[in-house]
Amino acid sequence: MEFLAAHGGAILFYLFAALAVGGALLVITLRNPMYCAFALLLTFLAVAALFLLRQAEFVGVVQIFVYGGGIMVLFLFVVMLVNLHNLPDARRFLGQSPLAVAVALMLLGLFGALFIGTHFAPSPENLDLLRTVDGVVVGNTEAVAMSLYRDYLLPFEIASVFLLVAMIGAVVLGRRQ
Amino acid sequence: MLEITTNHYLVVSLILFTIGIAGVMVRRNMIVVLMSIELILNAVNLNLIAFSYQLADLTGQIFAIFTIAVAAGEAAVGLGILLAFFRLRQTARLDSAMELEG
Repeated sequence: MEFLAAHGGAILFYLFAALAVGGALLVITLRNPMYCAFALLLTFLAVAALFLLRQAEFVGVVQIFVYGGGIMVLFLFVVMLVNLHNLPDARRFLGQSPLAVAVALMLLGLFGALFIGTHFAPSPENLDLLRTVDGVVVGNTEAVAMSLYRDYLLPFEIASVFLLVAMIGAVVLGRRQ
Repeated sequence: MLEITTNHYLVVSLILFTIGIAGVMVRRNMIVVLMSIELILNAVNLNLIAFSYQLADLTGQIFAIFTIAVAAGEAAVGLGILLAFFRLRQTARLDSAMELEG
């Protein structure tokens, strides 16, 4: 029990990191796109847990809502609409696959050597800056809200216009001619 | 080993990113390619959150929220294009879109 209490954060990190990576591997290897979508959901939820472990409560919950809810439903609908006519014996991978995997592994090795060799300063002891509004410690959601609506108001509004444009674009693209 | 540092997060994020890149280049099904793009964006968000914690600065979390908004728009438009393509060709295979090949 003492071991769990002392190292619970690390154990949870390794658990959810393994789930995220395993889900991602299933996404790009499974045959049926429906199963791929569910593996993707596993990855989204595991990444949300990793956000929570880094004190980003609001972003973690938004990840579950937007990715686990919205985007996942979108994917499932399209899989159901599109995939009925795909032949069951269709090949999963393109002919360029070996080369593509080699390039991806080279990328992994290059950046992996860079990241493992880099030493960052120890994480700060005082993380209250992540949940402070005007010098008062309240909570992560309040701090994000104040920052979003005060310091980043213009980008926030631009994002809303962007989403409107994306919605109109999706409707126009999906319309029957 | 039991102290989780920013490096741990960077490595997990790098692995997710690489898997996403590989998925984009390898898969034949357009839907799975779009899923791989979502994986890439998730890896980027993981980096932003890790550095937000490392620097005790909220800006990384704000940026991650904007990334999620862009990912939602990208998914909607991408799947709309996919449906239009499917209506045209009755298939969702990448190698059936070869008009621009020289």
